[in-house]
Amino acid sequence: MHLVRELDLSRLQPGFAEPVGDAQRCFRGVLDALAHPGTIVELADLPAPPPGLGAAQSALLLALADQDTPVWLPPGLRDAEAGHYLRFHCGCRLTASLADAHFVVPASLAALPALDDLRPGEPEFPDRSATLVVEVAGLATVGALRLRGPGIETEAGLSVAGWTADCTAFLRENRRRFPLGVDLLLTCGASLAGLPRTVRVDREA
Amino acid sequence: MTDIADRRTALGILARSPAGLLAERMARIETVPAYTWLRKPETGTLMLRGRIGGDGELFNVGEATLTRCTLRTDDGTVGVGTVLGRNAAKAEQVALCDALLQRPATAASVLSEVIGPLAEAEYERQAREAAEVAASRVDFFTLVRGED
Repeated sequence: MHLVRELDLSRLQPGFAEPVGDAQRCFRGVLDALAHPGTIVELADLPAPPPGLGAAQSALLLALADQDTPVWLPPGLRDAEAGHYLRFHCGCRLTASLADAHFVVPASLAALPALDDLRPGEPEFPDRSATLVVEVAGLATVGALRLRGPGIETEAGLSVAGWTADCTAFLRENRRRFPLGVDLLLTCGASLAGLPRTVRVDREA
Repeated sequence: MTDIADRRTALGILARSPAGLLAERMARIETVPAYTWLRKPETGTLMLRGRIGGDGELFNVGEATLTRCTLRTDDGTVGVGTVLGRNAAKAEQVALCDALLQRPATAASVLSEVIGPLAEAEYERQAREAAEVAASRVDFFTLVRGED
């Protein structure tokens, strides 16, 4: 389902000051975060995000989303300033269908959608899958989550505010479906961490 | 006769006007508000599509270069400017004009100083071109062939 509403520019905030350079820096940040799960990438000089989105979260969408990548926002944000912001600056479609979305922005970790509802990619094109961009209340490199997998020499630690057993189960099920599956980007203010589909996650007792 | 206060019509007149003429008319606006960019002028291409004949499928005519920008004036009015070509300064003036046109305090002066004269100039331009083209007009007709 496509949502076509008139674009409300009245409260719109500017996007990247230098669209090309800033988007490339953010893209590089995403590459680093996904290549080295368990590291936290700090993004600098981000534009003020619209209400309901974090600074890094909104900047990632500015850098990554475009007219070919439908974005799913929580219903409360879709028709609000955040929705207008993304439509104006990215030219992206907002979709109400999770199965259609290339980028999914759940309201919180507690509101992660079911894995079955998300685009898993196709066996021939595993990259045609959804990417989740979730704002969390805290990120630190030491903590309860033990991460292993490609990009991690032995084991990496990550602590994520609001992480639950359900999130661990979500990632394990996601890992089981490899090479299909979704990639998870966690943002906290201007910080960014990646949990790609290759990561194996254990929770310390 | 379309109403030139209509925003779409006004933006069309502004976008089609020669950059020099637009700048000349804009210089007559006395109080130009401060503004910030929502989208700085950026140049890209637009695919033009059209059809030939009444049955026609749409086809891609070709790409056109266009420059667009969006600004917000100090009182919060948002103006958009989209022009063919790569002239960022012209796009900026169109956006500024669009914002001024939406503000009750400045709408009248923009209409009389900028959009009105530009509309007249466009009308004259079109009339002149029509006259030039008319000189080379060929009327095709068929004589009665006497088959009846």
